[in-house]
Amino acid sequence: MPGPQPVEETKVTAVPVHPAAPLVRASGGEVPDRVFKAAMTACGLAVLAVLVLIVYELISGSRLSWHAFGFKFFAASDWDPVNEHFGALPFIYGTLVSSLLALTIAVPLAVGVAVFTTEMCPKALRGPLSFFVELLAAIPSVIYGLWAVFVLVPLLSHYVQPFLQRTLGWTTLFDGPPFGYSMLAAGIILAIMIIPIISSITREVLMVVPQHQREAVLALGATRWEMIRIGVLRNARAGILGGIILGLGRALGETMAVTMVIGNNPQIAKSLFAPGYSMASVLANEFSEATGDVYISALIEIGLALFIVTIIVNALAQLLVWTVTRGQPARGNA
Amino acid sequence: MPETVATAALHSVPPISWSRRVTDHVMTGVAVLTVLLVLAPLIAIFGYLVYRGIGSINWAFLTQMPKPVGESGGGMANAIVGSALILGVASLIGVPFGVGAGIYLAEFGRNNLGRAIRFTADVLNGVPSIVIGVAAYALLVLHRHFSALAGGVALAIMMVPTISRTTEEMLLLVPQALREAAYGLGVPRWRTTLSITLRTATSGVITGVMLAFARVAGETAPLLFTTLGNTFWNLHIDQATAALPLQIYVYANSPYDDWHRQAWAGAFVLIVLIVTAVAAVRYAVRRGTFGAA
Repeated sequence: MPGPQPVEETKVTAVPVHPAAPLVRASGGEVPDRVFKAAMTACGLAVLAVLVLIVYELISGSRLSWHAFGFKFFAASDWDPVNEHFGALPFIYGTLVSSLLALTIAVPLAVGVAVFTTEMCPKALRGPLSFFVELLAAIPSVIYGLWAVFVLVPLLSHYVQPFLQRTLGWTTLFDGPPFGYSMLAAGIILAIMIIPIISSITREVLMVVPQHQREAVLALGATRWEMIRIGVLRNARAGILGGIILGLGRALGETMAVTMVIGNNPQIAKSLFAPGYSMASVLANEFSEATGDVYISALIEIGLALFIVTIIVNALAQLLVWTVTRGQPARGNA
Repeated sequence: MPETVATAALHSVPPISWSRRVTDHVMTGVAVLTVLLVLAPLIAIFGYLVYRGIGSINWAFLTQMPKPVGESGGGMANAIVGSALILGVASLIGVPFGVGAGIYLAEFGRNNLGRAIRFTADVLNGVPSIVIGVAAYALLVLHRHFSALAGGVALAIMMVPTISRTTEEMLLLVPQALREAAYGLGVPRWRTTLSITLRTATSGVITGVMLAFARVAGETAPLLFTTLGNTFWNLHIDQATAALPLQIYVYANSPYDDWHRQAWAGAFVLIVLIVTAVAAVRYAVRRGTFGAA
């Protein structure tokens, strides 16, 4: 332990500590100290500069498209590179629908896992279980995509889609041929990818709910589930919502896995079996092959819109999580 | 006396009704079910990855160049080297800036500028990787050409927020008494920060660096239009370069069975690289700190 040693040595020179310190520093450390502080400040400022630069590049790059289409860019649904007519609506629709579908699937599962790990499971299982769930977060997006193409998509088209059509066909949400590549596939793979985020944040939020809340509810004669519902979940609502929104932020910007299974067809279809297209996927597919300044500019404008939306969503989430965990010693009282 | 009071209180509690007890059991069952539903795809993905990966990987894959379209065989040697090149560039840029920003935040950052930088780092962390790719394209490719450098810069931008925030957290965990002891000995502030504070927090800082590294090692989206990909050898940082994740993406979308096989082999190599990199450094750091203590 390096702790005690320096302390002992200060005791040796204990008497002159305060008068001597400035003297020594004035002779030996003043200029290097300033250089050091300046260098570290420069590193910090670089973080600011990078964000400013990204914003500047996105805005200046999309100017051409903004002048050509204005607000109609976000309301028009034709995407015609040959005649240079660009409307982003199908991509916005695809991003929103696939992300919301992912949330619908992921939220109950993620919250369930978090509740199980914090409130129900034996202590010995707790560590390995959360480790495994967080392992999901370490898998690169392209590998999720690879798995989805070779396992999920065939599974959907052979078994799940025909089944859904037989049982829930009347909703017209599942019309059309069961190809596999579809909004549904994108939603499912996104759900698998955002579960770790939502569940790890929910777990953190549940852990800062004070223990005496649980004890108080139990003392009133509640069952374990009633204790979780009244004493834990109700207290953690805002934080869980923050985790969900953070998951949404991730889903909105997710690129590779979605691009590989969504079908890449710029259309607005009601059926979840129909192929769609998302904002991130159109960038991935068309950016390096785009010819013509307006085409590139329209793509950069999609990037700018994605940037703005994800920043708003993330800031909202941070705020919510912060209001819950603020001032509480996290993980301290579990 | 107190015991009898307690027992009396216990007896006065009404028995928990049948329906409440059933609800309790049902909800426990539901929670267990969600765990199983979440673990199922994890096991399926890992299991399938290992199964296909081990079946597909061979010496040729690791040492040979890609064969022309339609010919079977060949490998991804150039992509593995290309990934190493891009990640090297990213680490060379991202680690010093990230650690430096972390030091600033921990040691000098209790002011408005510090708050602004902290907020910016959090914002950058949430920016989709493809958008960072677009920005890097506009910055480094548009007026020049596709290069490993552009991809490295894009990945470095993604590494900095994670590294700076974990470095800050780790430095703040170092007891204030250590710093004061060094000041008391007349050690200048820069020396204290580098040889006492940062040194003490080394293992935590390296863990942050490895987390950032593992995160960007598998990134594909920011490389699509910065490094572009390349079917030949390239060791120049100003040229288009092959990268493992890019190659996996291209091969997965191809119609050839042999390329699918290689995509799985590539995915397996990628996961093994990420996991061993993290595990090796964790192990080394743990041994290092024990050795020092």
